[in-house]
Amino acid sequence: MKQTVIKLKDVWKVYSLEGTQVEALRGIDLDFNKGDFVSIIGPSGSGKSTLMHLIGCLDLPTKGQIFLNNHDIAKMSENRLAQVRGKTIGFVFQAFNLIPTLNAIENVSLPMIFQGIPKDEREDKAIMLLNQVGLGKRMHHKPSELSGGEKQRVAIARALSNDPDIILADEPTGNLDSKTGQTIMDLIVGLHKNYGKTIINVTHDPYIAKFADKIVRIVDGKITKNHNTEKQSLWEGSLNGGSKK
Amino acid sequence: MIKDYFRISFSAFKSRKLRTGLTLLGVFIGIALLITLMSLGSGLQKFITDQFEQMGSDKLMIMPGSSMFGAPVEGIELTKKDLEIIERTQGIEAVTGAVIKIGAVTYKEETTYTWTLGTPMDTKSWAIFESMSSAFKVEKGRKITDKDTSKVNIGIDVATDKKLFDKGVSLGDKIIIEGKEFEVVGIYGRIGNPQDDSQIYLPIDVARDLFDEPDKYDMIVAQSKTGEDPENVAEKVKKNLRKSRDVKEDEEDFTIQTSEQLLESFGTILAVIQAVLIGLATISLLVGGIGIANTMYTSILERTREIGVMKAIGAKTTDIASLFIIESGLIGLGAGLIGVTIGALISLGIQSAIHLAGYTMLNVNLSLSLLLGGLAFAFVFGIVSGLIPAIKASKMNPVDSLRYE
Repeated sequence: MKQTVIKLKDVWKVYSLEGTQVEALRGIDLDFNKGDFVSIIGPSGSGKSTLMHLIGCLDLPTKGQIFLNNHDIAKMSENRLAQVRGKTIGFVFQAFNLIPTLNAIENVSLPMIFQGIPKDEREDKAIMLLNQVGLGKRMHHKPSELSGGEKQRVAIARALSNDPDIILADEPTGNLDSKTGQTIMDLIVGLHKNYGKTIINVTHDPYIAKFADKIVRIVDGKITKNHNTEKQSLWEGSLNGGSKK
Repeated sequence: MIKDYFRISFSAFKSRKLRTGLTLLGVFIGIALLITLMSLGSGLQKFITDQFEQMGSDKLMIMPGSSMFGAPVEGIELTKKDLEIIERTQGIEAVTGAVIKIGAVTYKEETTYTWTLGTPMDTKSWAIFESMSSAFKVEKGRKITDKDTSKVNIGIDVATDKKLFDKGVSLGDKIIIEGKEFEVVGIYGRIGNPQDDSQIYLPIDVARDLFDEPDKYDMIVAQSKTGEDPENVAEKVKKNLRKSRDVKEDEEDFTIQTSEQLLESFGTILAVIQAVLIGLATISLLVGGIGIANTMYTSILERTREIGVMKAIGAKTTDIASLFIIESGLIGLGAGLIGVTIGALISLGIQSAIHLAGYTMLNVNLSLSLLLGGLAFAFVFGIVSGLIPAIKASKMNPVDSLRYE
């Protein structure tokens, strides 16, 4: 039996916006198993960002429970949750979200600082990861000196720095041209294939979604479809040409 | 860990040089002011303490008027009779008095006005003055005696070029005081305060003739006997003088102060002045502190997304708070470095000015502990100023922070 890494049980998220209650998520049940590659797809306003934040343990549900490696995250202290999150989940954001004042090595090292890993070990690891994502020659550059694709590579290296089981990507190709987006997706697919990482990829692009083994479709805060895909080939189809049916 | 925070915080400044610089400016002025005032204040304190220590605790100063610091009142004066009464008081070892006047002094057709001190020049009387400052010594020539009716001693500044006179007075020269000619037979060494150094010393009877002041003393100094409590002796003198001058208790028209009391009253005045000045410096620091807090708020607002990212990748609330506290602490430390340096330079500048004015005994007190204390204070001050913004930053919700545009 597969090990469940993240489990959402009847999760509701209700926001109060200027007095009116907005139900962003309405009773989500989802399991992510170790080694899964799942895409969450939905139009804007569907609640997928909210869902992403909850899966990433950045927020707590209004109702229902979320389990990270069988621990109810609502029962953890804020600091404990931060610690566990930093160790278990690696984030890749649409806007890269690198720290602009730090260079590539320092950005990749940052999550390790928060885990209390010694400097030498941190630096070796950061250099190794940056080499792995193909940025060996630009390690001492600041984000402002890097292209979009390079920034996202740094972000991926950062996401990997604490060896998390789960990589949570939020529109990782959203700010990139199609060619660069393709290479970033190749990298992410490689993490799943070669290192067995659990990948959760949130996107609105059906083509990008099909890189995953499983697609979860969310509309109006509810899951409408949860199905396995015929996996998107890395070599077929094109980002601009839409999806292969 | 902490070292990493310092590095991250430091890197944040490099991209905000101007703002950080302006914030520093707001704080270092306060720190510089504080360093200057404290070094000056403790230097002044030491100067005064030294002065009175030299004077000796057995001295009593008796002056006309109800307060030492009040303006002299016409008609209220000390006389020869008062001196005798003091002399006869039990516990008094010796007593001397002085006539202190500003006189017109002419040397080589150049006329100026300066202090003259007329006092008994016999060994016993002079010993009282002499014991008040080790610097009261004739360096060139000889000390005058009461028999020298046309000879004077002069302070070093009278003998120095471009001080009182264009060309300094030399030993053996003639000077005219209030129309009468005197020969300079002795020159004092540097005493270290401008009044004494530019003074002309005369036998008291000569001064009385010169200024037509047959009976009056401007100041009487008495010495209590060894083993007697000067405070006690002072009380006795006070009682006797009250009786002879026919005034009631607490309505005295004269003041007696022991050196201890003088030291205390000077100390009080000094403390009040220092408190006022340090109060001003504190206000300036407070404004600087608000500047730090303001900068930190802006910085945190700008970096809301960064805070969200750091939280997402595992930063605890304490990590975020530490980062920002260190950042504001570094602003404080930077301001401290500049402030302490500038404050010390200002102090040294003031010291040169004071020395130039003749008070060579007065030095500012720039101790290492003051300088290091100033730095430490600045660092802690920065931390305290940034505390509330840092706590605010650490409590930000990661989701809201990540959404922040």
